[in-house]
Amino acid sequence: MTLPIALRVLWSHWTYRPLQFFTLLVGLSLATGLWTGVQAINTEARSSYDQARAALLPQARQVLQRRDGQPIAVATYVALQQSGWRTSPVLEGKISIASTTINVTGVDLVSMPRSMNRWTSGENSFDLAGFLTDPYSVIVSADIAEQAATLPGVAKVIVGKNVPSATIMTDIGLAERLLNKSGQISRLIVAPQQPVLQTELQVAAPQLERINNQSAADIDRLTDSFHLNLSAFGMLAFAVGLFIVQGTINLAFEQRRTMCRTLRVLGVSLRSLALALLVELLLIAVIAGAAGVVLGYFIAALLLPDVAATLRGLYGAQVTGDLSFRAGWWVTGLAIAIAGTLLASFWSLQKLLRMPILAAAQPRAWALMTRRSTFYRMLASGGLLVIAVALLLWGSGLVVAFSIVAICLLAAALILPDAIAFLLGAFERFAIMPVSQWFWADTRQQLPGLSLALMALLLALAANIGVSTMVGSFRLTFAGWLDQRLAAELYVRAANEAQSIKLRDWLEGRADAVLPVWNVESSIEGEAGRIYGFSDHATYRNFWPMLEMLPDGWDDVASGRAVLINEQLARRHGVSPGDVIRLAENQDLPVAGIYSDYGNPRPQAMINVDLLTGWFPNVVKTRFAIRVDAARSQVLADEIRQKFGLKGRNLVDQASIKQRSLEIFERTFTVTQALNILTLTVAGFAIFTSLLTQSTMRLPQLAPIWALGLTRRQLAGLEFLRALLLAALTMIFALPLGLGLAWLLLSVVNVEAFGWRLPMFLFVSDWILLACYGLVATALAAAIPARRFSNTDPAELVKVFAHER
Amino acid sequence: MNVRATWIAALGSLWWFVAVQAGAQGYGGLGTDAQGYAFPSPQYVMQFPKDHGPHREFRIEWWYLTANLTGDDGREYGVQWTLFRNAMIPPNAETLTTANDWSPSQLWMGHAAVTTPDAHYVSETRARSILGLAGAQSNPFKAWINDWQLAANSSDDPNFESLTVAANGEKFSYHLDMKAQGPLVFHGGNGYSVKSFAGHASHYYSQPHFKVSGSINLAGKPVKVTGTAWLDREWSSQPLSADQSGWDWVSLNLNDGSKLMGYRLRGGGDVEGGEIHVSATWISPLGTAISYPNGKLSMEEVSTSVVAGRSVPTAWRLKLPAKDIDIEIEALNKNAWMATSFPYWEGPAIIRGSHTGRGYLEMTGYE
Repeated sequence: MTLPIALRVLWSHWTYRPLQFFTLLVGLSLATGLWTGVQAINTEARSSYDQARAALLPQARQVLQRRDGQPIAVATYVALQQSGWRTSPVLEGKISIASTTINVTGVDLVSMPRSMNRWTSGENSFDLAGFLTDPYSVIVSADIAEQAATLPGVAKVIVGKNVPSATIMTDIGLAERLLNKSGQISRLIVAPQQPVLQTELQVAAPQLERINNQSAADIDRLTDSFHLNLSAFGMLAFAVGLFIVQGTINLAFEQRRTMCRTLRVLGVSLRSLALALLVELLLIAVIAGAAGVVLGYFIAALLLPDVAATLRGLYGAQVTGDLSFRAGWWVTGLAIAIAGTLLASFWSLQKLLRMPILAAAQPRAWALMTRRSTFYRMLASGGLLVIAVALLLWGSGLVVAFSIVAICLLAAALILPDAIAFLLGAFERFAIMPVSQWFWADTRQQLPGLSLALMALLLALAANIGVSTMVGSFRLTFAGWLDQRLAAELYVRAANEAQSIKLRDWLEGRADAVLPVWNVESSIEGEAGRIYGFSDHATYRNFWPMLEMLPDGWDDVASGRAVLINEQLARRHGVSPGDVIRLAENQDLPVAGIYSDYGNPRPQAMINVDLLTGWFPNVVKTRFAIRVDAARSQVLADEIRQKFGLKGRNLVDQASIKQRSLEIFERTFTVTQALNILTLTVAGFAIFTSLLTQSTMRLPQLAPIWALGLTRRQLAGLEFLRALLLAALTMIFALPLGLGLAWLLLSVVNVEAFGWRLPMFLFVSDWILLACYGLVATALAAAIPARRFSNTDPAELVKVFAHER
Repeated sequence: MNVRATWIAALGSLWWFVAVQAGAQGYGGLGTDAQGYAFPSPQYVMQFPKDHGPHREFRIEWWYLTANLTGDDGREYGVQWTLFRNAMIPPNAETLTTANDWSPSQLWMGHAAVTTPDAHYVSETRARSILGLAGAQSNPFKAWINDWQLAANSSDDPNFESLTVAANGEKFSYHLDMKAQGPLVFHGGNGYSVKSFAGHASHYYSQPHFKVSGSINLAGKPVKVTGTAWLDREWSSQPLSADQSGWDWVSLNLNDGSKLMGYRLRGGGDVEGGEIHVSATWISPLGTAISYPNGKLSMEEVSTSVVAGRSVPTAWRLKLPAKDIDIEIEALNKNAWMATSFPYWEGPAIIRGSHTGRGYLEMTGYE
């Protein structure tokens, strides 16, 4: 058996070059780690949604609620059932035990449609009688099992897998006792199948309205974009990481060329050699993959709180901030590490194995060979661009939007080496001095070896430009929008309606205007949304962030003949000004205008406040916006505080709302930016390893120039310059690509993901900063190989001629 | 009879997880422990209208109506209306619990069906007794759940002289008026009906003499119908022995004006003479009943059909030599499968042989 010997000989390579081994491991671990981290975040978030989905209510397609948001009386439920409706009551609320807040969901398993109960499935021995009778068995999430057991009336606590965190699922009889809400029902689930004879809802229970419960689907759809975004970054980071691996493996194979030749001459079969190399690669992949999984866990743990905050802030999706290590990660992490290693080493391995036993190195020949494929690359790149344009014109949906982004990046990466080669050729034509002629020609020849690293750099830079342009544009738009939207100086919420009337009387003469901000949860175009009532005032006419408005639109809305809707609603239902929409179950009104409404995933409409109180007499009339001279606003706020005892969230000034909104905004993009920086770091590392690889292979090319009289220092300087030049050229290409990416993100991805389109702003100073970062990173990466060359023993250079490799 | 307390089988431990457990327990679940509840007594003398109402000291009870009808379109129809009562807590223990409106000492479940020669529509509804959403009372007689009800048209109607019944399902609704043409009939010994050799029993009486007129609404089209109906009342706490697996039951209107109720209990091998227990009640055209103990009536499967993935006997041969009855009965629609929380077969049947006529057929426990 020659395999163990071959393996031992091959492995000895790494013991002499610990730094190289370290590079390989770090590269692969980084790639695996980023990928695993992103996957971990996604899995964690998704499992949170699954829990939420399993929590009964989202399962219901339709629910009945009171128009005024008040609890439903049990008698109403009974009357509905007797009018031919099949519904099931749910009572929800929160209690607190030992400073832990617990959600109590009371259900009636007796009347609940069978298809809707998912959270007791898997409990084969589920004891229905125990669940229904006092003392009760309850089903809880694992995190509050101990607290739940201490509740009065609870005999047995069953931990249910599908129960959302901090939730008790229990019979409605116990729930009303725990919540002290005797005789109340929060909402009624409408069974999917209803009897044929049914009294109309308006007659059977006029105070109720039917709402399509799409929140679960909404959260899925909305958060999908976020996760796709993360996944895209994960893939990008992994791809960039693989460039490092490819660089290092290429180097190692190149260096062991002679070793392999010797082994082969000594009688090691090609089979054994191939097997030995494969075993070695797998071993490395496993070690690095394992390290990567651990790294990924830390990355995920680091980022998850921000991700959770983002998802909560932006979509209202509840994600627990803590991470549990899942066994599955090991499998997927190791698999992706092994697959990545094999992919990255495929060419090197094949090259080494195809090599005739006694062949010499032929780097120039590879360069020539790659030129032949230029045509095919251009063809592929062109084809990809055609597909991207076609998708842009005819495709729709978030996956398509991201596909366009991916295709454009890939197409650009493919033609990058040829584009750079073209520029280098042009420079070469203008070169007169022999050294500069050699410099350009040699740079071009070196290009194939560096092309993968440059592609990595291109992707990282373009992604960086694209994402920062998107975030920057969003921030500017958002800040401007906040200024418009929060035109009033103070926002108050009275404790009750009596106080609210007193407050308005008191403000008479003290404030310029007191504008109601009353709203109800209601259906808009059959979806659950919110309807606001507002009174006609210059504040709205002058400041409200309208995107489109019919002439006289404000007058129509003010007189109750029309409605304003938010952009999300307009885009989702394809509604334009002039179209009629249905509100509050049975009210039809034409749309007068569309306003932007960032950060809100749900439909929203604005109508005249008198119309709102007409439709919903019980609307809570406690919230107001107060217009007052800005200089007087603080004084007035203090007076209100003293006179009415309103504080905290019940009396907020414009500035603090703005600040809070911007904080949420910043938090939203923390993760994106963190991943952005990580990707750029990985790209820098890729350049470094590629240059390191190249430097050892380049001795045969540099030795003749040295022999012709250039000093090692000069040559090293030229090498350093060359790296900077290539990086700079890549940046030049990255800029338009990044801007194209930004446009796609703002105008295509955002529309699909959030339902709003944003204007694009350019941030030149950001680009300059990024260019500096890129050049510094490249300089750092190039300095070590260059320094190493300038310190090369002249004897080594002479050896090139002696060996005549 | 009908021992159709079936839903307790499901309720015993699972209800809608039946699929998982039915195999293990099945209709034999009717034989589960009945601690804290009353047991039927052969000495019990029924009184009406009191016994039309619920018997809370017993665990399970039902009001079970089947009707063989003919439409003004000339087609044959079968109609079923059933209300099951199931006690969750024994009557003495009930007083100990903290009562609230939701306290489900009694759970109620309704099954309704309409069968035609080529279609079978089923509906199920379940409720607690909160604020009178479901329940039963003796005088004036009324049994109801949600908007379904079976009720006397006047108070003081000990004989079930005049009732109406209504149900409202996802694909059908019906409303029938029923006038009794004869007296109540008591099965077994004065309504004490023995179900196993070990002595399991129930209280069981019927009003089999209804003449019916009314309307059925199918797919939005109303059909006027006339025909006959048969109402069963039964209650017990543990009607089956643990090893009985299911039963086959018939109620038949014969062309000579007589009627026949018969049932065959399967399993229960702890016995003298066999594992099948068959009982019958023959009712004269004037309403006089003769009960036959095990062995007098024979019920044999003639052919089976595959329904809902199971093999179910849908044609039977019945012989009651004492009354010169030798008939074959066959399902009007072989697919009369009740896909409810616990599934069973229930549908109208056609009688041929020594006698002709119409009737209802029920088969449970075919897994």
